[in-house]
Amino acid sequence: MHRFAKPSVFLKLTDPILPWLAGATAILIAAGLYFALFASPIDYQQGDTVRIMYLHVPAAWMGLFCYVGMAICGAMSLIWKHPLADICARATAPIGATFTALCLITGSLWGEPMWGTWWVWDARLTSMLILLFLYLGYIALVNAFDDPERGSKAGSALALVGAINVPIVKFSVDWWNTLHQPASIVRMDGPAVDPSMQLPLALMILGFTSYYFVVLILRVRLELNERRIRALQLSGMFDERPDHKDAGSRNYEAGHNMEANQ
Amino acid sequence: MNGFFAILRRDLSLALRQGADSVMVVAFFIVTTTLFPFGVGPEANILARIASGVIWVSALLAAMLSLERVFQTDYEDGTLELLTLSPVSLELLVLGKVLAHWLTTGLPLIIAAPLMALMLNMDQDGFITLMVAMLLGTPALSLIGAIGAALILGARRGGVLVSLLVLPLYIPVLIFGAGAVEAALLGISATAQLQIMAAILLIALAATPFATANAVRQAME
Repeated sequence: MHRFAKPSVFLKLTDPILPWLAGATAILIAAGLYFALFASPIDYQQGDTVRIMYLHVPAAWMGLFCYVGMAICGAMSLIWKHPLADICARATAPIGATFTALCLITGSLWGEPMWGTWWVWDARLTSMLILLFLYLGYIALVNAFDDPERGSKAGSALALVGAINVPIVKFSVDWWNTLHQPASIVRMDGPAVDPSMQLPLALMILGFTSYYFVVLILRVRLELNERRIRALQLSGMFDERPDHKDAGSRNYEAGHNMEANQ
Repeated sequence: MNGFFAILRRDLSLALRQGADSVMVVAFFIVTTTLFPFGVGPEANILARIASGVIWVSALLAAMLSLERVFQTDYEDGTLELLTLSPVSLELLVLGKVLAHWLTTGLPLIIAAPLMALMLNMDQDGFITLMVAMLLGTPALSLIGAIGAALILGARRGGVLVSLLVLPLYIPVLIFGAGAVEAALLGISATAQLQIMAAILLIALAATPFATANAVRQAME
């Protein structure tokens, strides 16, 4: 695994993968949306509003998935000091925060016609909201330092602390809600999901997950290229660019691995 | 252990000589609590109903606002760097600083809490539970908050940042702290909530010094 932590190896590996992954994302989401919006039956109680679920559930899944990914990247960056793990953790945070926000927004759009209110202090809603706060705290902390390295390190520690805390928060919010449970709420987890609805749901979840990897690769590549430009500018390589093709690719490698080799 | 007591004595005497710090935390707590009757109206029933929550939220905010001074001044004058370099384990020193922080902020808050509970018309059945819950909860607040205080060393706008980092992590303490008082007021046993708070405190005591020491070392790199 450590082999892949080199930025240049990452770039070489993701180069051929990226178009396939992007294509798969487009097909999965297109198919998922077709099944979700047209080819699936309406719910006998919820009517067409049930279709919001096909966006809502995958978004909730991605919100949690990204946080776990961020914590794992943070742990890797603290233990092995991989520069790539840092960049992955940083790149994941805004994606996860967006999915969590999407989950909250679609949830409240669904709640208005179903529950008759935009927001309920339900245990799940509240824990998702707290997850969003954790994401925002991470993003704010990472960007609060003049030295991006220090920001990433602090962020990694916070992501780990948060990952330990998330189950405790979840448990305590569940407890809190059973204490203050309002009279009656239509719960989402009534009967099991019908097979005709499982297909679009699975497609959308897969599509969202591969969308995350596409965006992650793009963001990491952007960050790597920015760093490379900075490194090249600092070392003045732009001024004396050799005509030699071999020398050019050697410099390319040098620029990418500069931080990894430190 | 000598290092632990030395740092505890140093931080305590520093805090006592500039006594304003502790007084300020209590004053903030009292003023914040006093704002609520203006916001929700002076009806005794409503105030009694929300008293436990109001006291806990105000205590949370007061504990959070005082976090900055755990490491900030030592960071600025270089003391923290020497502490990091010293042969004594940094985790122990961090624990000493956190204990000093709790003795100068958490303890005064516990003493001030029944007074505010009285003013908010809370039923007297809940007083003992409130104080026990705060005795278990406020050390956990200091321990968890110290991580945030160490993470923001050297950051821009650290004071605002620490609230965003630490407040979500405070939620479990708030839930069980307020829940314990609520249970006592309803005449139910609050043992379950208090036990969970003790568990949170023990976990925090075992785990947070490592995270905090790690964050301090990062700030020194």
